[in-house]
Amino acid sequence: MSATGLRIVAAGPGATVQDQGRFGFMRFGVTPAGPMDPQAFAAAAALAGNDGEAAAVEIGPGGISVTSEGAPLALAFAGGGFSWRRAGEPLPPAARLMLGPGEVLSARPGGRGVFAYLSVAGGFLTPPELGSRATHTRSGMGGLEGRMLRAGDVLPVGARAVTEVGEACPDDSFDLAPHDAPLRVILGPQDDYFGPDAIAAFLSGAYALTPRADRMAYALSGPPVTHARGFDIVSDGLAMGAVQIAGDRQPLVLMADRQPTGGYPKIAHVISADLGRLAQTRPGESVRFMATTLDDALAARRALDQRTGAAARRLRPLARAATTRRLLAVNLVSGVTDGRP
Amino acid sequence: MSDAGAPKLLPAGDRALTVEFGDTIDAALNDRVAALDAALAVARLDGVIETTPTYRSLTIHYDPERVSFAALGASARALAAATPAPRPPRRWIAPACYDPALAEDLNETAAALGLPPREVAARHAGAVYRVFMYGFAPGFLFLGGLPDALTISRRPSPRPPIPRGALLIAGGQALIASLPMPTGWRMIGRTPARVFDAGRTPMAQAGVGDEITFEPIDAARFAALDAEGVGLRLATP
Repeated sequence: MSATGLRIVAAGPGATVQDQGRFGFMRFGVTPAGPMDPQAFAAAAALAGNDGEAAAVEIGPGGISVTSEGAPLALAFAGGGFSWRRAGEPLPPAARLMLGPGEVLSARPGGRGVFAYLSVAGGFLTPPELGSRATHTRSGMGGLEGRMLRAGDVLPVGARAVTEVGEACPDDSFDLAPHDAPLRVILGPQDDYFGPDAIAAFLSGAYALTPRADRMAYALSGPPVTHARGFDIVSDGLAMGAVQIAGDRQPLVLMADRQPTGGYPKIAHVISADLGRLAQTRPGESVRFMATTLDDALAARRALDQRTGAAARRLRPLARAATTRRLLAVNLVSGVTDGRP
Repeated sequence: MSDAGAPKLLPAGDRALTVEFGDTIDAALNDRVAALDAALAVARLDGVIETTPTYRSLTIHYDPERVSFAALGASARALAAATPAPRPPRRWIAPACYDPALAEDLNETAAALGLPPREVAARHAGAVYRVFMYGFAPGFLFLGGLPDALTISRRPSPRPPIPRGALLIAGGQALIASLPMPTGWRMIGRTPARVFDAGRTPMAQAGVGDEITFEPIDAARFAALDAEGVGLRLATP
């Protein structure tokens, strides 16, 4: 008899275990990691009935297929524009459900978005490192052996994961996908390395996301942002969303797997309420920036947190399609998985 | 030059505040950073999540639901103005092997500097370094105090990953690497000492403001100490 857990049937590049992040060790050069889209992560956690501490699977552009091992698992998912199916049946973009052993739940990339989150009641119980389960692949820390997930991995779960939950999905659109509003930024800490014309260019131009976009940083391309005082600074601290302008005069936004410090001038930081929208941008899509204040950033974050919480509470039952079709799909899948060691 | 006035308070987004004492690499500035960092650790202000000391500033990550930028900035300035004397530095000794078999870029770097490889090793091992900050990756130690004769630019393009314990130089700075990473810096030696180990208490031994010296060892001694898994050794006063 196998241990209870979530088995990865197939995983495209980019699937990792993430919790809120590894905090308290940036002073030693340790990257926090954590979710690329904190709001979608929080939405999946809320649907699963988890607090913020629980670890989830972040699904990247490659999608994922999973099944339960040992017992039915209480799972929830949200975020991105993925196409979700259970045993072949289409599902809404966000839901919570019981996944039976042998049943396959799959997420394929849809028309938009980059990251989705799969949460299990009680969280995935991979071994914590420095107090966190967040995966940082560059330093090989956290998650499952510090790496991306792959077929055959089984993520351990706790007792809550096998407690029956009512299958449900949010009753409104629960759309956490990017929309066209500008990304709000707080200027600084090195906005004084740029003249008024450069800041105006940064705040008025459209910047396309280049293919150089991963969990560490998003490189943008658009009107050049020219330094007034050179582009080498003595390294200082930064936060997720820092917009660095290096010698190429193009914005590079530092994301979840950022280094805690950096040596290029940071013209601004994207506010925390807008990081998820930026994370869900695809290469080729464009963003704009707009300056805002700390007061407005706090109000925006509160409004977004409230919207996420409210959506996770207004649920309707999840309808399932005909039983015979489902059983057929389950049997087909069993035929495949029986051949595994 | 260090600026002895009130530090600048700069936002790093809506959840971090950088207290900037200056914009140069300077031991006096770095002392003020370390002093404020220590004072904040004692003060345990509500809403402070963690702090990141760098060469010349301290970034305070905070929860804006629990403390405002203005209130936190005022507290930080008040603590900085109290200017506690810097903690006397501890001195750490790192065994260092400069055998070209381990010091992968030593010969090439020495040729570029116009010095014999033995001379590069001797000068690197003869200096006393100051820990300015950790950064780049977990446990990477940024050191000041590299002799001017060893000032050299970064490599034109990054080299393959350096091994754990690589002793690197570039741009007038020295660095101890704690894990394999590709780098544009030049590897002129290797220490068997684990400067950072997430599973050890303390995970990092040397603090900002501490001193580090290197003690030359041969390849056999390196192998023995590496197998033993030693850390840095505290110098006896």
